[in-house]
Amino acid sequence: MLGSYIPILIFIVVAIMLPVVGLAVGRLLRPSRPHGTKLMPYECGVDPEGDARERFSVRFYIIAILFVIFDVETIFLFPWAIIYDRLALFGFIEMTVFLGILIVGYFYVWKKGALEWV
Amino acid sequence: MTETLLVYAIIPFIKIAVIVLILSGAIAYLTLFERKLVAHIQVRLGPMRVGWHGLLQPIADGLKFILKEDIIPSKADALVFTIAPAISLIPAFVVFSVVPFGPPEMFEGLLRWSLGWFFDSATVESVAQNTLASGGFITDINIAVLFVLSVSSVGILGIILGGWASNSKYPLLGALRSSAQMVSYEVALGFSIIGVLLVAGSLSLVEIVQNQEKAHLWYVFVQPVAFALFFICGMAETNRLPFDLPEAETELVGGFHTEYSGFRFSLYFLAEYANMITISAVAVTLFWGGWLRPFPNVSWLAFLGLIPPVLWFLIKVFLFLYIFIWVRGTLPRFRFDQLMRYGWKVFLPVALGNVIVSAGVLLAFL
Repeated sequence: MLGSYIPILIFIVVAIMLPVVGLAVGRLLRPSRPHGTKLMPYECGVDPEGDARERFSVRFYIIAILFVIFDVETIFLFPWAIIYDRLALFGFIEMTVFLGILIVGYFYVWKKGALEWV
Repeated sequence: MTETLLVYAIIPFIKIAVIVLILSGAIAYLTLFERKLVAHIQVRLGPMRVGWHGLLQPIADGLKFILKEDIIPSKADALVFTIAPAISLIPAFVVFSVVPFGPPEMFEGLLRWSLGWFFDSATVESVAQNTLASGGFITDINIAVLFVLSVSSVGILGIILGGWASNSKYPLLGALRSSAQMVSYEVALGFSIIGVLLVAGSLSLVEIVQNQEKAHLWYVFVQPVAFALFFICGMAETNRLPFDLPEAETELVGGFHTEYSGFRFSLYFLAEYANMITISAVAVTLFWGGWLRPFPNVSWLAFLGLIPPVLWFLIKVFLFLYIFIWVRGTLPRFRFDQLMRYGWKVFLPVALGNVIVSAGVLLAFL
């Protein structure tokens, strides 16, 4: 059974070789003439103002947290979906309760305005 | 010993090498196809100079990418800046190791014939019987759907890291946007796949196609809502128009790859097109019967069987790629607040509803 993962490992190695070989060949062929102005971060032609890594909107953070909650939820649904034909009514009620809790949380998040993007 | 080596290393390696070559060629010509198609949608001609109707354009582009100077900005984090494009490209290829493009006995005849030259008949027979060697896929694992989801989301890291490592404002904004966007649409994408799994009862992509054959039905006809969600969210995951906010040229210059040049830039480019092909291939496998011909059980359509399964697979994938580009040529880009609203307030509830309704309806048939 584990044997069927060996081709995936081979594929990963081959896939890693692609960019590595490309970059190595390119290094031999392409010019390299660095220059202070050329290496400056792009900011519409003006000298860059301060550091780029400043504080950014907290909404990105909220979205990330919501993602973790919902994505873990989907992972729980995968095994349930696979054996649903054996679980039948029990599985349906169980999952309705499980999703019900999630949906209550979803509406709470919606009412709190975490999904608004102003 | 030779048998194990053949089944687990040599034959998979040959298949992988061929697929990587075909995939690279397909990606190169997909860029030309897109330019041509969009040009014709806009009543232009597109590339015409390099070769007949621009047929050599991708080769010229590739050469130019390799020959261009590779600039690493002075403020950038050199190490992360260097490996980020590779992180986004590698998963896009690796996903293909589990996507089936033909039936499990696809290469049986070819294997018997070619191995017969070198090995005794007992070895040839047992290798040809092994679906890992003779199947029209690189490997068939029992968690393929999870593998596709997890590996393809690694690609997002490449974009986030690239934008962060550039240490410039536009790439950082592009990277933030793309992380928020991909993360939002991945939730709906996951839920839409659950609908198929309910009907299919398997996580192996090969088995899902075989179950569609047994059920005499492509799953798009039982799960149309799930398919629509999968396709829209797939478009958002690949950063394609109308969801290409991470690289919105009019506001963010080039988005996350503003600071990238030369070959590294082309890696991001390749990754985007590879992801397009991946999403199309997965959609075809999950919803449109993979390598199956249309109406596999209608006898008077048996002449369709003359076209080999792998060609049916390619035709379907090509149709999806066409739709991808067609949508790009037709729809304008969303605003970011619209994008997030659709993701969280429209697609997510619809996907949740689809799971519950499908489970309920299925209950009546059990």
